[in-house]
Amino acid sequence: MTPTSAPDPGVLTALADPTRWEVLRLLATTGDGTATTLAAQLPVSRPAVIKHLTVLDRAGLVQRRRAGREVRYAARPARVAEAGQALTALAHAWDARLSALKRLAEDPN
Amino acid sequence: MTPDSIEREITIGAPRERVWSLLTSAEHLGSWFGDAGAEIDLRPGGRLELRWEKYGTVRGEVDVVEPPERFAFRWPADHEAGFVEGNLTRVEFTLAAAAEGTVLTVVESGFAALRYGDPIVRHADHVQGWGKELGELRELAEGVAARP
Repeated sequence: MTPTSAPDPGVLTALADPTRWEVLRLLATTGDGTATTLAAQLPVSRPAVIKHLTVLDRAGLVQRRRAGREVRYAARPARVAEAGQALTALAHAWDARLSALKRLAEDPN
Repeated sequence: MTPDSIEREITIGAPRERVWSLLTSAEHLGSWFGDAGAEIDLRPGGRLELRWEKYGTVRGEVDVVEPPERFAFRWPADHEAGFVEGNLTRVEFTLAAAAEGTVLTVVESGFAALRYGDPIVRHADHVQGWGKELGELRELAEGVAARP
């Protein structure tokens, strides 16, 4: 049994906000979007969407691309998958510890 | 729900009192959790030390002691950065009496508030144990990646 490494805090902090989660979901569903198209689908203002996109961008969860006068954003699945794998590794570490404890507890000697 | 916590559960064929003593005694913490011994001052605010042969000593702090039902401590997420605010998660064990013995639940929470941390762990290759929402998001995201 070993201690384990925590997931990237930047990614998890970025994902911990429900609106950002929704922004990322919309981007993942539709392929890409702009602050304007996202704001139209969410109960928040365009400036608020821009703030959330900045946080997601800093965490590496979205990719920014300039297209003419627009800035388009797309989700980056690899980063989401990495965060998931980190949490999975931590969950497996707990499973291993709990199994060791169970063996101890059920050992008649 | 956001990916801030991990929850696992196991059913153990032993009474709660026995599970509690294995869970909270230095002697046993040093084998099922660490592999090179442990020390614990079993009261809220008490010091916890877990030792691994390969990784050295990790220091935590006891948070809740309610025998034989609830035990919680805080410990560093990034073991190199140590016991500092912004680097701590909380681990809470709940022991419920059941017909088969004891249902032991562990919840580790506080990942989203971390400010330190190693680069992302890359060695886990199965998606089991993911938060449902994270799994759903990943599927959506991978669907996008797979598009021509």
